[in-house]
Formats: sequence, C-alpha cells, structure tokens
Amino acid sequence: MIREFHDLVIIGGGPAGLAAAAAAKEAGCRDILLIERDRVLGGILNQCIHDGFGLHAFKEALSGPEYADRFIQKVRALEIPVMERTIVLELSPDKVLRTSREGEIKEIEAKAVVLAMGCRERTRGALSIPGHRPAGVYTAGTVQNLVNLENIMPGKRVVILGSGDIGLIMARRLTLEGAKVEAVFEVLPYSSGLQRNIQQCLDDYNIPLFLSTTVTDIYGPSGSLEGVTVAQVDESRRPIAGTERYIPCDTLLLSVGLIPENELTREAGIEMNGVTQGANVDDCCMTATPGVFACGNVLHVHDLVDFVSMEAARAGKNAALYAAGKLERAQRAIAVTAGDGVRYVVPQRITRGEDISLAFRVTAPARDKTIEVRCGERVIMTRKETRLHPAEMVWVELGTINLDEISSLEVSVR
Amino acid sequence: MKHKFNVVIIGGGVIGCAIARELSRFQIKTAVLEKEPDVGMETSCRNSGVLHSGINYKAGTLRAKLAVRGNAMMDEICAELKVKIKRIGKLTTALSLDEMGGIDRLMKQGAANSVPGLELLDRTAMQQIQPGVEGIAAIWSPSSAIISPYGLTIALAENAHANGVGFFLKCEAASVAKNAEGLFEVRSSDGEIFEAEVLINAAGLGSGKISAMAGVPAGNNGESLKIWPCRGEYYVLDRRLEGTLKTLIYPVPGAKDAGLGIHLTPTVDGNILIGPSADYIPEESPEDYKVTAPVLEDLRREGQKLLSDIKMSDFIRNFAGCRPKRTSPSEGGNGDFIIEEANSLSGFINLVGIESPGLTSAPAIAEMVRDLVSNHLPLDEKKDFIAERPGFAGHFCELPKEEQERLVKEYPEYGEIICRCEKITKKEIRDAIENPLGARSLVSIKYRARNGMGRCQGGFCTPRIVRMLRDEYGFAPEDYLLREAGSSLFSGNVREGEND
Repeated sequence: MIREFHDLVIIGGGPAGLAAAAAAKEAGCRDILLIERDRVLGGILNQCIHDGFGLHAFKEALSGPEYADRFIQKVRALEIPVMERTIVLELSPDKVLRTSREGEIKEIEAKAVVLAMGCRERTRGALSIPGHRPAGVYTAGTVQNLVNLENIMPGKRVVILGSGDIGLIMARRLTLEGAKVEAVFEVLPYSSGLQRNIQQCLDDYNIPLFLSTTVTDIYGPSGSLEGVTVAQVDESRRPIAGTERYIPCDTLLLSVGLIPENELTREAGIEMNGVTQGANVDDCCMTATPGVFACGNVLHVHDLVDFVSMEAARAGKNAALYAAGKLERAQRAIAVTAGDGVRYVVPQRITRGEDISLAFRVTAPARDKTIEVRCGERVIMTRKETRLHPAEMVWVELGTINLDEISSLEVSVR
Repeated sequence: MKHKFNVVIIGGGVIGCAIARELSRFQIKTAVLEKEPDVGMETSCRNSGVLHSGINYKAGTLRAKLAVRGNAMMDEICAELKVKIKRIGKLTTALSLDEMGGIDRLMKQGAANSVPGLELLDRTAMQQIQPGVEGIAAIWSPSSAIISPYGLTIALAENAHANGVGFFLKCEAASVAKNAEGLFEVRSSDGEIFEAEVLINAAGLGSGKISAMAGVPAGNNGESLKIWPCRGEYYVLDRRLEGTLKTLIYPVPGAKDAGLGIHLTPTVDGNILIGPSADYIPEESPEDYKVTAPVLEDLRREGQKLLSDIKMSDFIRNFAGCRPKRTSPSEGGNGDFIIEEANSLSGFINLVGIESPGLTSAPAIAEMVRDLVSNHLPLDEKKDFIAERPGFAGHFCELPKEEQERLVKEYPEYGEIICRCEKITKKEIRDAIENPLGARSLVSIKYRARNGMGRCQGGFCTPRIVRMLRDEYGFAPEDYLLREAGSSLFSGNVREGEND
C-alpha cells in the first residue's frame, strides 16, 4: 500500500474546500493537499450559472462559476496541490484517508483534515410519495446539472415540489429554455427558499406558488410521468380529502431539502449533531475529533455561498495552526445551545473565545423580534430584527469574549 | 423475419432464464422472448430475495418438492455464476401459546418435505441467534438464505447467452399457433416469427394469457389457469442499519394469508426490506406497480414495531411487485405450481402460477422442464458448455483491499468512483453498460452494477452515467430509457448543436 504524508488534507474542492485551502496557505501551512472528486474544482457552483453569488463577499453579483473562479485562481496563485477526480473512500479517526482515482488506490496520513464535502438532495424515496415510479421524477439539482452542464432537457411540462432555492432557480431556468412550469408546491405554510428567489424566479415569470400543498400521487403507468395529483395539507401536513387536483406533466422536480454529506464523518466516529446533521464543532470549526475540522454545507446547510467561504476560511486557518502544533489545546468548552424560536446554532461550543460569530436558523417565520444571546439570566447581546425566516441563516457577531466570565451561551428569539 | 429454434421460451424472468441456462448445456437451439428491454423486469426483480427452506408448503406439492431441491442447488449455481448468496437462516416465531399449534404444524410439514437442519428453539436459543427477537419459541431453518433476485436472473441469462441461447428483448408474443409441419410459430408484436418444436410458457403474470393464446384454457386436471395478480409493496431501508438483522424473522403464517406476512428482510447488499403487503389488483393491469399511501403507512408502522431503531431518514425508497397467484381473493392462500406439458397440445410446456417460492425453485423447475423437453428432443450434452461466469460475486468495494489494489492497476477504471453512496466504480458501470444481452436502460445498468441504489438514489451518478453514455456510447437524448420501452428520460437537448 502506498502511503503519503501531508500536513493538511482538505476533502472537497467546492466553495468550502477552496476557501479553506487558501486560508490555510495564508496562515503558513506549506504542505496542503486539496482532494476533489470531480474533474474540475468548484463543486456545485459549476452548475449554478445564475447570478447573485458574492454580494456579501465581493459586493458584486457573480455567477456560480465566476464566484468559484475567484477562489480557484487564488488556490492556483498560492500553488496549492490539487488532486482531482479522486474520491476519499475512508477516513479513520487518526486521520488516515484511503483515496481512489483512476489507476490508483492509496493511503494518506494527515496532521489535520478539513471536511468540506458539501451536501446532497433529499429524494422522492425519503418523502414516500405514493404512486408509480416513472421516468421524469428528478431532484432539482440533478436537473440543474443535466440542463446546465450536459445540455439535456428533462421535459416540457414541469411541476415542482418544494420551494427550496434550487427548485426556484430551476423554475426560471426551465421556463427560459421553453418549458412550461405549471406551479411550485410547498408542503409548509411558508416558502423554504430565499425571498429574492421567490420574486426573481417565480413572481417575475408568473409561476404560481401554492403553500400548504403537496404531491399525493405520481401517475405514470407506462413508465413515463403523465401527471401528478396535488392536495392541500392540514397543520400536521396530512392531505385534506376533497382538495385533490390532477396536473398533467412530464417532469416532476423535487426541491425538498439538502442533507450534509457526512458518510465519512460518521464512519470516522466523529460526534454528530442531530439537528444540523453535521458534526458538532467549536469556534475554530474543529470537530470533537482533534485535528478534524468541518465547514460549509457538510457542517450545516447554508443559504449563501459567501458565508460558506467565510466559515471555511476560519476552518482552514485553524487547521493550518493545528497542523503546525500552534493551536493551543482548549482549556474549557462552553456549550452554545438553541433557545426559544431557534432550530440550531453553529458552533455548538466555544473553546477559544476570539472573534466569535454564531450562525443560526429560526424555527418559523417571524416579524419584529429580538435576538437574544444569554448566559443563564445574564443577557450578553440583543438585536432587533424586522423579519426572520427559516430559509435565511442569521449571523450574530460577538467579537472576543472572555471565557472566564461565561459558562454557557443560549441564542433565542423573543 | 423468421427465426428457427428447437425450443422457444416465452418470458425472461428467473424461471425462463433458469430453463434457458439448463437447456444451454445441450446441443439444441434455444431462444428466450422477453417483452421488456431486459430480463427479470417483473416479478423476478420485485420480491424479498429470499431462498425459502420449504417448511411452508404442503407436503407432496410441487412447491414443497421444488423449493427444497432448488434451495439445495443454489450454492453451486451461485458459485459458478458469481452471484452473492448469504445463508443467514430463518426464525419462524410464535409470539404466544396459541401460535404453537402453527409451529408444530410447520415442524411436521418441514420434516415431511425433508427440509434440512430444522430445529425447534426456545426463547433463550432464539435470542442467541437474534438478540431482542420477540416470541416464546421458533423454528430455525438454517437453509433459508438471501440472494439478489435480479442478480441471479441476470447471471442465469448471461451464462445462457454465453452458451448460445438467443435472447430477444422487447419482443412480446402476440400470437401462438402450430403450423402445417407441426411446429410452433410465435409471432411477436413487431412481426418477427419464431419457429420451434417445443414452446415453453414461462410468462409469469402473463402465463394465463399466453396459455389461452396457445389454445390451452385449463390445466391437465381441469385446473383454472387464470392469474390473480396480488401486489406487494416494500420499503427499502438505508444501509445504516446493516447488521442489525442477523437472520430472517417471520411470523407464523395464517392458512388463508396470500403471503408470508409483513416482515423485515436483510438484502445481500446490506439494506433491509419492509414488506411485502398483499393486495389483489385488477387482472387487466397485473403490472401496476404503484405504491399506495395507506400501505406505505402500514409498512412504516409495522417496520418500526419490528425494529425500533428505524428513523424516518432510513426510508430511502419504496417499490412494489406482483405475485402471479392462482387463488382468487375469496379462496385465499396459495395454489400449487402448474408445470406440465399440455395434454391437448403436444410440445407446449406450461408453467403457471409460479409465485413464491418461484425464485428458490427456479433451478429445480429448470431440471423438471428439461426432462419434459427430453421427451421431444434428444438432449446431448455440449462438450464446450461454459459453467462459469467471469468476474467476481458482489461489488469491487467488497473485495479485500489487497485485491482491490491489484485489480486497480490492471483495470485503472476500478479506481474511479461513479456512484458515491454505494462506491461503484467506472469499470463496473462499463461492464454493466456492455452487458452481453445488450440491455441499456438506466435500470439495467443499476441492476448489474448497483449504482443509484444508495441513499442519494442516483442524484450523483445519473448525470455521470448520462455523460458516459453520450460521450463513449453515442447516446442521443432520446436514447435514454429509465426502464421499459415507454420510459424515455429526456425530451431533447437544451440547445441543438452545442454538445462539445
């Protein structure tokens, strides 16, 4: 067995891995290997040909490939070695990776590892939609890939289930390419996508969005999709009898959620979080397994790539310090928890206390609320918000905090 | 066009393919006609994948005899054909004292059927096999096993093909008649004519129809040959739960039950199946494989009752299959297999009502049919019969690491992963695309390579395989099929003339 050694190995060459690699190099790490399973760097950004990326990071509206390219150029300029078309088969708790690419399976031992594998889409099977299983039922991201990268149209008459951002983007994209998008249906009483995408992808093209409605049957007895039945749902998301209607279509796109892709993380026995479905991390983005860091959508699903890059830079920098033996051992860990109205908070613990930013999502849409960060009864910070939405991540900057004065942190919305 | 064979088999399910492989040992010409674009697309790919021991069938029936014999033949067949099989055994459990009568009856029946290795276990002994299993006593049948049902069907077909059997896919029998020379003439729906001395009806759900088409409306003893389709729905669970089930666990079946009851079945590839339900469906549409909301809900509830560790995220897929039953909903239970040469039509071998344990019985049924064929044709063995299928059983990622590293040097494409969830390599995808039967639908590739059967359900590998089929095999958008002839995947290119 071939075995290589590196100071830092980054798994995944999407936006998270790229930003982590650049930050690690800038923090002084000289032996970095960036592993990407696709033919090219950039990850999912390569198929996101719409614009709107980089508004925070670069104050410009870039397309996905343009945004990725900024980081790819940086990684090239920093001369960071990249291994493309390579997949990591296994990761052990002591940071030995087993990688595979054409003609070669090998082991790599690393002093530090950054997990940046991104996420995958929830599927029809996970939703248990009844009916036939014909051709024409796809996840939105798969169709985005086929349309934008492979020049393939799935169909001409489209229904979209789920108002996740990729579904909204694809509603516009398929309309622009001549398909008739009948409607978007969302089982929740509110949209799961960004408000700007509802406006720019649905409203501007007169594509209706029906809330509290879901697909209850898929019809395609001869092997290709002929139509779907939709119905309104009650508060417990069960279809309401009598509200069914049949919509002929040849394509059903599912945009019903993203799941961090943590197979390697779980196999390595790294402590996971049941809500985010990512690892638990501290304010250095380090998991409970020393020397293994996580960032981007593998840690928790983000709404904007700008924030992925920001989080990944933190992970990359700290991984570089760890590999160099310069990241001091944590003396204590302060738990960060989700309080009223908050679904989760990342990081889940604070061990250093420098330059703290907390990312969280609310449980339900709300207006005119106050975000509160408390330590027990003591209020650390408050901020007023006119509008909060589960689709949009909220960031709270706490700056540097003295861990001697704080025993726990709870984020709530009141 | 007219094709001349000695034997024509209608139906490329596991039964048709097992017969084809058995007949391919001899110096005769055999053809299989299959209406779908691949073998094993109906009942044979839509079941629990269990090899039954034979305790559940009434002594003296064909089902009892052929299941026990077929089960015993499987180790050798799987070794020759590189098909994964796991002898994990089965516990048939009694939950309370009133089910002990059923246990007693099955023990006696099993003994009468010469089922090997049966033991009656008490609660302690049951727990040693499967910790936490419910029940006061159980029958242990060590010969019960799991297998990939489509894997076996494909392997039988590919080996038969290697030994000269002609496979005609997308070839639906439209008429059956005997010509002036006394030969059978099967006309396909697209006008091909197949001539043969012996015609074998292995059409599964369509077997009643084919028999009627041939002018044989009833069995030799006057039995009805009508098929009552009885649908079974299943859930597939994530491999996260792999290893939680050490064995098969079945309840004691009631005499009137259409199946063996909802249960959990581990698969050879590490998933767990919940199912099957049993619901008769209209006979006009026996291939209506839809899943239904009430049954799915039932399966989720039953499954979680049987294995409390199941989470909502573990339900990765559902599917349905259909039993070709001979008993009507009012009769319930099961009829015996009909396997006979029709008294009224010399050379017409009828196989009707091959429901469970059809998969288990397949090789034994093939022997029985071979003997019927020998009444019409001299069966001289070929000297150059190829018993072995090349390659290895299972998937590349399951091989020992040293073996993987050796093979990846010889075949570099074993290093490139196309399906991330199941770790399926480009070489395996290529072998599947280049299968000898020429089946090219995405499901045909999936049944051979296992890509797309993991938790992302093809989200990752589908675009990669689409690209590979276009760039390396010249596929145009209209060439992509999901499964059957009508299951076109794409409507066209986004822009014409822009592929690079």
